[in-house]
Amino acid sequence: MNAASERILEVRGLSVAYNSDGVPVVAVDDVDLELSSREFLAIVGESGCGKSTLLFAIAQLLSPPAEIVGGEVLFRGRNMVSLSRSELRSIRWRELSVVMQSAMNALNPVMTVATQMRDACKAHADMSDAEIEARSREVLRLVSIDPVHLHSYPHQLSGGMRQRAMIAMALLFTPDLVIMDEPTSALDVVAQRSLMVQIKQLQEQLGFAVIFVTHDMSLVSHFSDRLMVMYAGQVVELGATRNLFERPLHPYTRGLLEAFPSIHGPRVHLLGIAGSPPDLARPPAGCRFSPRCPEAEERCLASPPALLDTDGCLVRCLLYEQASARTPTTEARAGGAP
Amino acid sequence: MTTPSLAETAGPSTPAAKAHPPETTAGAGAAANVLRALTRNRKALAGVVLLSFFLVLAIFPGQIAPDDPTAEIYTPGAGPSAHHLLGTTAYGQDILSQLIWGTRLSIVIALAAGGLATALAVLVGVSAAYLGGIADGILSLITDVILVIPIFPLVIVIAAYRKNAGLFTLVVVLGALGWSYGARQLRSQTLSIRSRDFLEAARVRGERKLYVILFEILPTMTSLIVASFLGAALYAVLTAAGLQFIGLGDPSSQSWGTMLYWAENNEALGAGMPLWAIAPGVCVALLGAAFALMNYAFDEISNPALRPVRRSRGAGSRT
Amino acid sequence: MRFVLRRLGFFLVTLWAAITTNFLIPRLMPGNPAIAMMARYRGRLNPSALHAIEIAFGVNTHQSVLSAYFSYLGNIFRGKLGTSLTFFPDAVTHDVLKALPWTLALVGVTTILAFVLGTLIGLVAAWRRGGILDSLLPPIFVVTSAFPYFWIALLSIWLFAIKLGWLPVSGGYDYTTTLGWSWAFVGDALTHSILPALTLLVTSIGGWILTMRNNMISVLAEDYVRMARAKGLSPWRVMWSYAGRNAILPNLTGFAMSLGFVVSGAILVEFVFNYPGVGWMFLQAVENQDYALMQGLFLMIIVAVLTAILAADAVTAVLDPRTRDVS
Repeated sequence: MNAASERILEVRGLSVAYNSDGVPVVAVDDVDLELSSREFLAIVGESGCGKSTLLFAIAQLLSPPAEIVGGEVLFRGRNMVSLSRSELRSIRWRELSVVMQSAMNALNPVMTVATQMRDACKAHADMSDAEIEARSREVLRLVSIDPVHLHSYPHQLSGGMRQRAMIAMALLFTPDLVIMDEPTSALDVVAQRSLMVQIKQLQEQLGFAVIFVTHDMSLVSHFSDRLMVMYAGQVVELGATRNLFERPLHPYTRGLLEAFPSIHGPRVHLLGIAGSPPDLARPPAGCRFSPRCPEAEERCLASPPALLDTDGCLVRCLLYEQASARTPTTEARAGGAP
Repeated sequence: MTTPSLAETAGPSTPAAKAHPPETTAGAGAAANVLRALTRNRKALAGVVLLSFFLVLAIFPGQIAPDDPTAEIYTPGAGPSAHHLLGTTAYGQDILSQLIWGTRLSIVIALAAGGLATALAVLVGVSAAYLGGIADGILSLITDVILVIPIFPLVIVIAAYRKNAGLFTLVVVLGALGWSYGARQLRSQTLSIRSRDFLEAARVRGERKLYVILFEILPTMTSLIVASFLGAALYAVLTAAGLQFIGLGDPSSQSWGTMLYWAENNEALGAGMPLWAIAPGVCVALLGAAFALMNYAFDEISNPALRPVRRSRGAGSRT
Repeated sequence: MRFVLRRLGFFLVTLWAAITTNFLIPRLMPGNPAIAMMARYRGRLNPSALHAIEIAFGVNTHQSVLSAYFSYLGNIFRGKLGTSLTFFPDAVTHDVLKALPWTLALVGVTTILAFVLGTLIGLVAAWRRGGILDSLLPPIFVVTSAFPYFWIALLSIWLFAIKLGWLPVSGGYDYTTTLGWSWAFVGDALTHSILPALTLLVTSIGGWILTMRNNMISVLAEDYVRMARAKGLSPWRVMWSYAGRNAILPNLTGFAMSLGFVVSGAILVEFVFNYPGVGWMFLQAVENQDYALMQGLFLMIIVAVLTAILAADAVTAVLDPRTRDVS
């Protein structure tokens, strides 16, 4: 599908900790991830698993008390963690942009949409006012918003429109990578779906890669190329979306999938996952999911599993130890698209 | 379609929680929380120490003060000496004793007027939010009007008609006028929790409105009520001192404000008795500071984002 | 627009409440204190002026309270506030307007200055979290904000005027200079206003610094600030247009509520410095039991406060587009 599948993002051993009141809490633990251009990667997990923190860490947008305590983030070969402020700023928005969860909170309430877009344009390109206006209208049209709303304030737009305006703003420079933090959570179900369709269509049209964080697996099932499942700050499964849905390997992934019914299939009893995620200030000694895992064994509680490569799918579970080749997590892998 | 097994709260995109007062559903638990929070915060500790110091002085003035504060038997206008640590007034009274005896009145005014104002604030604020509708509209209007009218001139007007306002008048007037700020805050806080689940649960259980207010709503607002009280006490201390200073209190009473009044009347500063004017002012300032520090500490406790932060050199601080 | 109209309505309601309070208080006091005061007017005023005062204080009238009330309201709106005893035979209105410019100059300027400076310092302190400003300022200003205005005034007089002799001890101007717009007078007036102004500034700025700092810290945690950083905007722009403009809004609302303290401080400071403004005259009136003048000045104070609040509301309406759309 892709003409040239070059790797634009490589995350190696990224760890993020929160340092407040003395006790450091590791929210993201040694995460590896690669992304090729035009690829759509979804990151899924429950609230508090670290997926949003990971996202902001990648985009270098963490605020105290959160900070990156280890690892690298290579964007087009350059390690963003060690870049200076001005070097980072030259990458921002032109090559890497961000879409946040709630446009009502992410858009400055006292400025018009036009002014906010203009800010971004002025910060990165030497454009005349007319050029800025033209480009702003263009991106709004891309997301099916009438350009007359350019001069509206965020509170004057509907929820769906605000969200799309935020996406339009992210596309001002047609970046290579757009990072999205649950952009559909604030919308109703119908709007969610239509927004997803629009995002996918824009992605195919303009050719950018997407990292999409969500708690709703079903939402991304038709749109993402690969899917990464996170639990308690760690990657527990990573592979092609279709494979995860058809043959989920990790018990947690299986639990997630079994928790929502198929609209076509027979009525089955809904199964939740009993228990709750561990306290990251005091993570358990063995596998972090073992207290809740229906297939846990003795050894699961004692020894933490490494990320294992099972036939193209990465899974962090001792059940697959024999069937896999142990993969040192620092070894580079070629990301695959279906 | 969201998976039911994933407990999803509208996640804050920053991990540091936005301002939320510490919630408890039991009165005793709330008090314990408050105490624990107070002792850990340095500012709160400083405030508590100061306040305790003055409380001791207020309760045991006879044992601590070296002299009878009203006895005009010493050399007037003397500077500090071994016998009179702070010197004497123009009438020959020992300044230090006056200071110590004066603590009682100031503390009483602070606590009583502050308490009255807070009680009224809770009454008006919570009722307005809970009752809603026209009652809320009227109560809010009254609150806003009183909030805007400057209390000090109004109290002066009242005191002008009623010369030499004694302790009781002062407390009642200050308390009856100083509740509006607290009422506003309590009202908005009550509004925000009015639709919470635990209140619905109480209603469904058939609990009476009064029960709901007293035992379900109020405990969650303990920190706000305490903060309100501290603010009201501070305002009472400063306003009372100001009133006494300009001579509208009872000039024969023993208080820091009246000391300042007499000092000013006798040109203490220019006549070489500066301590007479400065010392009571220091006490007012310190007592006020005690309340202010505790109040500020409460702000920090209920909003963790305000707590002191150490600047790190990590990626977090980069723009 | 509806926002401003609503605030105007509130202005009128509050003004009405203040006027009514003025009317009611002397009547509610045990043994109407105004009666003693009336004796001092007798024989010195013409009958209609005397009658106006009688209505205001409920003495010797044959009218019912209600009709007295309406006469009183009518008098107020025609500017007939009575005759002053302290500055007999001046009309109260005349005296009030004489004192007003002094207070406007002193209190008005210092309040605005304190607000602007305090807001700026608070903004920078929060922006550089954990820096010197942020660690030192809060504890210091929490303590200083509790200091009584008049005590700071006394201290500064003692230090700068008496001990060091740099500045005059009291007054608004040297009584030997002639009033007028000459350079000598203006310069003299300015010198006399330095200490009072400094007192007011030092005591009130703490509150602004602290609230702005706290507001900024909350705002800096908001998503739109993170978004601004994500867009790669210059730190300057993020600080001013994204964080600052939003953080200042609650401060403007708080401005209204803090005016009560400003007024009390102003009265005390004018008293200590014998500065001939509204506050000083107010206390003179109280001391002389000159109730007509006292009430007139009280109303002036209310009007000034309400005007300031209205101005702050207007600024809020300009800065915050949300207020313009919601009623």
